[in-house]
Order: sequence, then C-alpha cells, then structure tokens
Amino acid sequence: MAGNSTYVPATGFTRWLDKRLPILRLTHDTVSTFPTPRNLNIWYTFGGILTFCLGVQIVTGVVLAMHYVASADLAFNSVEGGIMREVNYGWLIRILHANGASMFFLAVYIHMFRGVYYGSYKEPREMIWILGVLIYLLMMATAFFGYVLPWGQMSFWGATVITSLFSALDQVIPHLGTAITTWLWGDFAVGDATLNRFFSLHYLLPFAIAAVVGLHIWALHIPGNNNPLGIDVKGPQDTVPFHPYYTAKDAFYLALFMILFAAFVFYAPDFFGNPDNSIQANPLVTPTDIVPEWYLLPYYAMLRSVPQKLIGVLVLLGSLVTLFLIPWLDSSKVRSCRFRPLMKQCFWVFALDCVLLGYVGSQSADAVLNLGGMQLPLVWLARAGTAYYFAYFWVLMPLVGRIERTKALPESIAKSVLGTAGERI
Amino acid sequence: MRIALPFLALTLGLLLGGTATAADDSAPLPVEHAQWSFEGPLGTYDRGALQRGFQVYKEVCSACHSLNLVAFHDLDGPGGPGFTEAQAKALAAGYKIPAGPNDKGEIFDTHGNPLTRPGVLADHFPPPFPNEEAARASNGGALPPDLSLIVKARAGGPDYVNSLLIGFSQKPPHGFTVQDGKFYNPYFAGRNIAMPPPLVDGSVTYADGTKSSVVQEAHDVVTFLAWAADPNLEARHQMGLEVMAFLVLLSGLLYLSYRKIWKGQH
Repeated sequence: MAGNSTYVPATGFTRWLDKRLPILRLTHDTVSTFPTPRNLNIWYTFGGILTFCLGVQIVTGVVLAMHYVASADLAFNSVEGGIMREVNYGWLIRILHANGASMFFLAVYIHMFRGVYYGSYKEPREMIWILGVLIYLLMMATAFFGYVLPWGQMSFWGATVITSLFSALDQVIPHLGTAITTWLWGDFAVGDATLNRFFSLHYLLPFAIAAVVGLHIWALHIPGNNNPLGIDVKGPQDTVPFHPYYTAKDAFYLALFMILFAAFVFYAPDFFGNPDNSIQANPLVTPTDIVPEWYLLPYYAMLRSVPQKLIGVLVLLGSLVTLFLIPWLDSSKVRSCRFRPLMKQCFWVFALDCVLLGYVGSQSADAVLNLGGMQLPLVWLARAGTAYYFAYFWVLMPLVGRIERTKALPESIAKSVLGTAGERI
Repeated sequence: MRIALPFLALTLGLLLGGTATAADDSAPLPVEHAQWSFEGPLGTYDRGALQRGFQVYKEVCSACHSLNLVAFHDLDGPGGPGFTEAQAKALAAGYKIPAGPNDKGEIFDTHGNPLTRPGVLADHFPPPFPNEEAARASNGGALPPDLSLIVKARAGGPDYVNSLLIGFSQKPPHGFTVQDGKFYNPYFAGRNIAMPPPLVDGSVTYADGTKSSVVQEAHDVVTFLAWAADPNLEARHQMGLEVMAFLVLLSGLLYLSYRKIWKGQH
C-alpha cells in the first residue's frame, strides 16, 4: 500500500540510488513487506504461476522466432523439419511453447474461477478484475495467432473459420463483412499475407500482455489481496509480509505446477495437439472436423449453438463482454461463496457447465448423443449450456444476492485462522 | 451441492460415454491397440524393428510414398535405427539426388535423363515422384501422403497405421460395394482406400532372419515411421527422467522451507 514505506537504504550506493531511482524502495514495498492476508490458500498461488507461464512463453517464443520462417511455402517445414529436427534442442523449445500455452490457460482458468468463487471482482477490486479479463482476451488472441503459425491443416482452417466470422456483418450492411474479412486476410483468402501479419501480432501481443499484467499487479497493490473469507483486512494481525511467507508458498506450488508441465512436455507432448496439424496446410482439403484448441472449446460450442451466423457471433461476443460487467452484475455484499450457500451451488453448476460446453465444442456439429435409445442432438446441450452461461451472470448473479440468506461472516482473518479452525471450502 | 450433483452426473456421463453416431457399413472400425517398445515414460525404439522397418519402407513403401523430412544422417544419429556412419553413407549413395542444372545450365545428360548425383548424409530421402500431378497420375488419381509425420498426423497414431496395414486381410461385409479401383479396408474412413494392399507375407527378406509375415512387417514399419515422426523421443524420455528427478527434489526442499517459514502462522 502506497505512502508508508519502511525501506531504509543501508549503504552509500543505495542511498544515492534511492534519491535518483527508488527502484529498490519499490521492490521492497511491493514485494518484500507488502502486507498479505495470512489465510490465502493454494488457489491464490496461480498469480505467480501465471507470471512464470508468461515468462516461459516469451523466452521460448523469442528463440522459436529465430528459426521460424513466416511463409506459406516454408512455415510448415521450418517448424517440422527445421525446429523439430535440425535446431539444437529445437524440439524441446517448441514443445515447451506449445504445451506452455495449454498450461497458461489451465492456470488462468483456475485463477479466474478462484476470483469468481471468492468474489475477488467485487468492490474495491473491480479494476483488477477488468484488467484480468483484458489479459485473458489478449491471451486468446495471442494463442489464436500462434496456433496459425505452424501452418498445419488446423492452423489454416482455424484461421479461416475465425476470420470468416466477420463476414456475418454482411447481414447488417451488404459487403461490409466481406470487405473486413478481405482486409484482415490481406488477400482474398487466408495465405501468405495473413500468416505474416499473424506472426507479427503473435510477437507483439505478449508484450502488451506483460504491460497489462503490470497494471493488474499495480491495481492489486492498492486495496491488497482478497482472501478466501472475502472479509477486509482489519489490522496487522490479519496479514503477513509477502516475503518470505508467500514467496515460499508460491515457490512450492510453482514447483508442483512445473512437475505437471514437465509431465506433458516430456511424456505426452502431443496430448493437447490435433493430428490434423501434422499435415501441411492445404486450402483444397477441408478437415472433417475443424476444432480449436481445448481452451477455446466452450466459446466454440456457444458460437455453433446458434444456427444464424450473425446471432452466433453476437452470442460469442456477448459471452466475453459479459465478463467485464460482473462486478456490477453481482448484487451480493458478501464476497466469498463460503458464506453464500445458494451462490456456491450456482457456481459449481457454472463450472460444470463450462466443462460441458467444452465437451460439446470438441464434438462435430451434427453429433448425436445416444442416451439409452434416446437420440439427443448435442446442439441442444450446447443451447442449454449457453443459456445457463448467460443466466449465471445476468440472472443468478443479480438475483441470488438479493434472496439468499448468507452465513455469518467471521470477525476477522486472524480469529478465523489462529482461533478455532475456520470453515474450509 | 444438491443442485450440482445431477449436473455432475450428466457431465461425467457425457464425457465418459462419448457420442454414438449411427453405425453404418462405411464408418471405420476402432483401431486395434498393439504393443510398442516406445510407449510409456521409459519407452525406447526397438533397434531391430527400426532397421527392419526401414527395410520395409525402402523396399515397399518408398515406391509411392515420400519421406521428405528425414535425412540420411538421421539413420546413424542418436535415438535412431542405429546404422553406422559407413552404412548410412552407403545407403545415401544408393539414392539418386536431382543435380541439375549443372554449370553449363544443362538439366539432362547426353542420354536425355535428368542429371543426378549420389546422395550424401546431408540429403533427405528423395521423393518417388517429381510432383503431385505425377504422383496422382501413377496412383489412379490418389495422392500417396508423405510418411514423415504420418504417425502423428492420424488419430490413433501407431495403432491406426498398424491396423490399416493389416486390415486389408478383412473381407467386406455382405452387400458392401467396393468402389472401382479401390480396396476394402475397414479402418479407413469410408472403408474404400486407393492404396492396394502393400504388404504380403515375404514382401521383404529380413537380413536378421526374422520371419516376414504381414503382421511382423507392419509392426516393424510402423516402429520406423513412429521414429520418423518423433525422432527425439528417446532424448526426450531421458531428459524427462532427469527433469522429473530434479523437480521432485526441488519440490521436497521447497516444501520443507515453506513449512518451516509458516510454522505457527496458521
């Protein structure tokens, strides 16, 4: 928290530096002594894990860019022939980068669901949440551009499907959508021009993410962390300094996360991949099923749940824009779902709903589910899932806060942690 | 969790059950799982199978299928078939690599044949056809895919390619029409495949005396193609072991310091 620095420069040099560039003071105040609620659990370690993921993606990505050739004719071979076979440890750098993207999204989803569960988006932390959603959108854009670069079949057709969404605008103003799509492609089809601009943007956006992460952390340091109880810090007895307490805790859980990461990298590097992306892009052959990476599947299911293209695109857009608004959609004064029995259930249904939508998104559009002889087209599940997704934010969040009887909040964090054992999740 | 439970059951049921689409004669059969030496976290390639599989590729598959991404030096590289450098050089020299135009701008020799030179270790396997059109013209309009990544490029990986290679022995069900110029293979999408049955008993004579049944040949060539698609598997598994050992140790130490620092704080 600003304004009450306890930093005392110890040497002549640090006194000199402190007058000119108080960078050590900043580090001291924001990392070392920053008062942090003493009851943060495992789910609060994902902020640090995400910073690690961003670092891994940038470092491996910079090295990959040294060997990658952004050309429709050469891209596939520069990855599968060059980086994977000829470049020293190129295979390692590439599978770290490819699996790193999945790990990044895994961590960000846990981080976001944690924020929703404990009400971390509520007053006074709205800006932290909004900046977080912005990071998430930038991540999706970056991942989409990155997935196009190896120039496999799924790269090409994924790029074609997503950019073609803009052509839905033709239904509003004739030719507008087509014009925008052509402008995005830089050509009359996805090709060399598209690949080159996607490469440029894929290199640019991570640095934009890093900048917004800086703002996200800055905004976090104004009110300080929320916590699993969702109650305010009332005094120094409720907090511990970030270092060494949370540096030690974050480091341990980061190491566990790295074990999971390494398990995929070394033992199942193609687990998240699609076999079709090992086939070079071919504009003349459409894959049987065009599917995005797993972390975009729920949105893909929502998009496809609407037969009318423009409305489908609006639903997709709405599902993302909604996220920005939830600090004002949720009417409850109580932050944490630990004390919100009804919202807790709605939350878990929502989490399962996202998994369900992801599953539907992974299946072909006309798939039919055979439930003991009853034929259920999956598109109906997608519609039900989409309805709940929107209802959760636009109906349940405003409504439940008004009707539910919340449990009594503990007096303070210190009492809850150090006194009688507080209620766990 | 009262509301969540039925929902959980439904979701799990869907995830485990998968989709069932109406089964018809042209839907491909699920692939048969076979045993592979390179499976699991400690898996390595069976050197004998790699060398035999290379022989099958060279003597059978390479008549129609290219292997563009594999270089001759891969044959004597670590984690590969384990040929000696001399063997790899001799193998490379047996291939003719396009060499035109020469310093006079000629692309044909005095007999009107395209100029070539013997392969060296740095060369990649030359494709059997000069271009896609020539490949299609020789194969009834169908394009034999490049095999460098075929194991990674098909759902089911080695099991799929293996099932496909031995699946030609199955007879079409009564009433199933095999299209003109196509062959019946129950593991192929649509079950009509343009590739004629590539392997027969005794297609190759193995140098190590292994009996060359279709099943053996398929197993060997799939092992070879799995290596071609993932030549760093052994290096990766080895490094994985070291990284895992390090991370487990690191986690243990970090856990101890975490407990020590937090002692009495919660």
